[in-house]
This record gives sequence, C-alpha cells and structure tokens, in this order.
Amino acid sequence: MKATDPNIKWVAEPKLGMAGKMYLPLFVQGLTTTAKHLLGPKLTVSFPEQRPVIGNPLIYRGVHRLNRDEKGRVKCVACFLCATVCPAHCIDIVGVESPWPDREKYPESFTIDELRCIFCGMCEEACPVDAIELTSLFDLTGRSREEMIFDKEKLLSVYDQTQDAEPMKSKELGGTL
Amino acid sequence: MPEPASVLPVILVSLAKIAAVCFLLLTAAAYLVLLERWIAAWVQDRLGPNRVGIPLTKIHLFGLGQPLADGLKMIFKEQYTPAHVDKFLFVLAPIIILTAALAIFAVIPFGSLLACLSLAGAPGSSALIVAPRFDVGMVYVFALSSIAVYGVILGGWASNNKYSFLGGLRSSAQLIAYEIPMGLGILGVVLVSGSLRLDDIISRQVGGAWNFFTQPLGFIVFVIAAFAEAARLPFDLPEAEQELIGGYHTEYAAMKLLLFLIAEFLHMVTAAFLIVILFFGGWDFWGMQTSSFVDWPDGVLHVVVLMAKVFLVILFFMLVRWSWPRFRFDQLMSLAWKVMLPLGLVNLVAVAIIAEYGDRLAIPLGASRFGDYLVTHLHVSAKTMVAALIGWAALLLSWVAVAFAAPLHDDNRPRLEMHAFDEEKELRDNT
Repeated sequence: MKATDPNIKWVAEPKLGMAGKMYLPLFVQGLTTTAKHLLGPKLTVSFPEQRPVIGNPLIYRGVHRLNRDEKGRVKCVACFLCATVCPAHCIDIVGVESPWPDREKYPESFTIDELRCIFCGMCEEACPVDAIELTSLFDLTGRSREEMIFDKEKLLSVYDQTQDAEPMKSKELGGTL
Repeated sequence: MPEPASVLPVILVSLAKIAAVCFLLLTAAAYLVLLERWIAAWVQDRLGPNRVGIPLTKIHLFGLGQPLADGLKMIFKEQYTPAHVDKFLFVLAPIIILTAALAIFAVIPFGSLLACLSLAGAPGSSALIVAPRFDVGMVYVFALSSIAVYGVILGGWASNNKYSFLGGLRSSAQLIAYEIPMGLGILGVVLVSGSLRLDDIISRQVGGAWNFFTQPLGFIVFVIAAFAEAARLPFDLPEAEQELIGGYHTEYAAMKLLLFLIAEFLHMVTAAFLIVILFFGGWDFWGMQTSSFVDWPDGVLHVVVLMAKVFLVILFFMLVRWSWPRFRFDQLMSLAWKVMLPLGLVNLVAVAIIAEYGDRLAIPLGASRFGDYLVTHLHVSAKTMVAALIGWAALLLSWVAVAFAAPLHDDNRPRLEMHAFDEEKELRDNT
C-alpha cells in the first residue's frame, strides 16, 4: 500500500495552545493526579488478617464440595459426567451398585486432584443432580501432593463447612434439591 | 588558624563529625529507599512494604524493619562478577561513585552551631559542618558531583555490556549538558551572596528574603538541572528500566549494586540540601532567632528546620517520579541547551542588574506610596522588593518567550511528506 493511498487516513497531532506550550496544565495535572492517588483509598487487602470480599460466593470457582441430600447421604449418582467433561482429568470415581432404592449407583470412592484441577467449573455444569459444586474457598494449601488429593470424606466435609454460607441451589433456581 | 596545641582536638572533632555524617547518611539512604517504596505504593493505590518489624515477633512497626532486611539481603548475596568484565574497573566504579557522593557532604551544613558540642577542649561551639571555613564549598560540590559521573561511565564501560554502556554514555552526555544550567543557577545565588561557602549563603538569606523570592527563574533552572544531575525521573535516562534493563548497573549484584543504589539516593539528598540551602534559606524560618550567637535549643531547632525542609524537597522528588513520563533523549538535550541555558543566562543578567543598579532603582520604589506600603507591612527592604519584582518579571517574560519559541514540541509521528518515496515511480524511471 502506498503512502498516498486514499484509504489511509493521516492524523496530525493537535496544535498546542498557549497554556500547553508553557507546560502548566501538564505540571498541574501530573501533580494533582499523583496527590489524589497518594491520599486516596488503597486497594490492597492485607490477606491473612483481612479477607477479600467475594462478590457472589455462589458463582465463585474455588475448592470443590460434594453435596449431601436431605438424608445426609452423598448426592452423587456416579454417572461419570463430571469425570468425562473434566479437561484436566482430575476426577476419579469408582461407582458401585447403590444400597439405596432411589438410585442405581453411588460412588464408592470419589477423588479430585486439586493440584491438577484448573477450576473451570465444567464438572459443576455437567452434574445432572447438582452433587458437585465449587465453593468460594480459595486459600487451598497443603504440605504434600497426597494431601491435595481430596477423597469423598474430605469433599463431603467441605460441604459441611460451607453449607450455611453457600446453600445448595433450590428448585426455584433450577436446582434438583 | 588554631594554635598548635589545639590541633589534635580539632582533628578528633572532625573525625567524630565524619563518622556521624557517614552513619547518618547511610541510614538515611536506607530509610529513603523505604520511603520511596511507600510513596510508589501509595501513588499506585497499594499499601507498600508494611510487614517487616521486629524479627520473631508479630510486631510489624509499619515495615520500619524493611531497610535492615534489604541491607542484610544485599550483603549476604553472592558477590557475582561476570566473566566478561574488566575486573579492576568493575570493582572501582561503585567505590568511586559512593566516595564522591559521600564526600560532597563535607561542606554541607546540617544546621548552624551547636554550643554543647565542645569535645576534648575544642572551641566552645561547634559548627554542624564537617569542613567549616572551607572557602570554595560550592566549587567543591560541583567538582565532586562531576566525579560521580566517572563511576557511572566506568561501571558502564567495565561491564562490557551494550545496555550498561548505553546507560553510561547517556549519563555522561546528560550530566555534561545539565552541569551548565546548574552552574548558571548557582552563579546567581553566589553573585548576591558574595561567597562560595554554603553557610555564608545561608546567613545571607537569614532574616531577609530567601533567594527563591528574588530569583525564581534561577530556582527553576537549578531544580530542573538538579533532577537531571540526580538522574531522577523524568530525567532517569541513564538507567531507564524499560529501555536499558538497569542501565549502567545492569551487570552489578549484591554489595556493589548496593553501593550504586546508595550513591543514587545520596545524589538526591545532595540535590535536596542544595535546593534548600541555596534557595530556601537553609535553617532560616519566619520568626526564628537570627543573631549569630545561638544557644543549644536554637541550634537544635535550626537542625530540625533544615531537615524538615530537605525532607519536603525529597518528598517532592519522589512525587515527581510518579507524575510525569520520561523525556526522550533529544527532548532532554534540547531542554538543556535550548531552554535551560538561555533561561539561566537571563537569570544571571537579571541578578547582575539588581546587584549593579538595585540601590538606585530602590529609591523611587521606596519613595512611592506602594513601595512604602510594602516596606512597612512586609518588613522587607526596598532593594529586596526591586529584586523580587525584576526576578519574577524575568521569570514570566522568559517563560512566555520559551513557550513561543517552543523547541521541544516535535510531532515525530510518520507524516505523508516523510513518505514521499514512491516505489512504483522509481521502478518506472529506472527501467
């Protein structure tokens, strides 16, 4: 393309006025902006003492939990949809025949490798019975890799820990409860 | 001249002063790094370093332990020297720059006199200056601040690294360019003070008008040149991180890097001291006792006032860093040669006019009702009034003149006429 092409629009720098040539607006603008931020509110959250405010905990994608039904049993029906959809292959389920009459299968073991998980939330979307959910717990720590592989009991205990703050979706909201 | 018998105590007092100044300056530099980081954080809406307090406890002390931790980290780091450097000069550079930066403070007064400082039978009161009665103080400051650039150039050269070398070259060009306006700014002050001694320059301003009020143009020229000499933003081209990695100290690590960083902060402290001493009356303040004899509460008060002023100037240095972007190198050079140099000369001429004709010009002003009003209500002499009027008029006129001449605004974006080369036409003509 040539420089004289009519499709090229040439933009010239606007002419400076008297004040601009004297650097005064620039000087005042620079210092006022700096002073405003110097004295203004700070955005840093002093983490361990001060917890960050999570806008909507119900849609936050933190540590997983396995929900319990109203009888306190694990809600999961071992359909393997979450394990199939998981892009990181971090969910491992062993499904066996259910001892309860209301479903055919239940998970004998349900483990999530939290270190492999990319917290995309697709397991939560895939689950037909809303058994697996992501909570708003974000400060996930452990001393070993083994400790970071969460088994069924651990995931159910996360539910026990968070059920008050983050209730399961009710039927009105499209949940299966 | 002191008596031969009293030479030893004088030497002892001098050594004590040198030790105190070195200790205070290095501590101050460490804490200024903390202040710089705080200001940087606050301006960016962060909290800044506020965790390091007393070790092994949960007492944070607003992060006041941070400089100690930083210093320890720097000291215990590996003394890494790259294989491709000129070893001797590589080690020499930080030593030169820090020595020069510290030695400047020999002639800088930290206050007036302290009566209580009579060590080992030395004279009753002691001047708060390492080298009192040093008649060429200003020249000495100038000479040593020029030596500092040797450290930068040597560091850049010895590193054998193109980024370091570019930083060193930039620094040398910048310091040579800005030494001239800086000298012109100082010259006006020296002309009215009639002395090169910094304590004399202060005592000339005590009780009268500070040089800022009579020489605003000289003040502006000096401040801008001081920013450039201290290589602070917006003139930090020698170490522009975005372009040159670290500039002349790219290859340095651990203790040697620490020496460079301390020297940089000391340059800023020197610049702040000079601004306060030359233009803001040093330890002078309104309503302060102005006689030459001071008892020790007054002496301490002088130190506090001087330090407070220096602190405010340093704060200004740090705020400026976050207020304006860096100059391009051609803009830097045209600012020095096309703007600062003429402005400095105008200031010098204005000051010379006042020095020569000030008394004669003061007579009609003092006689007029306006002048009479000013003299009786503001308690300044008619000559000072004339000086201030001429000074501010010179500032306004020359500032407007520079704005119209405007050598700094170049639109360097591509323009149509810059692309006049027509490829197809060239091809046609050549075949």
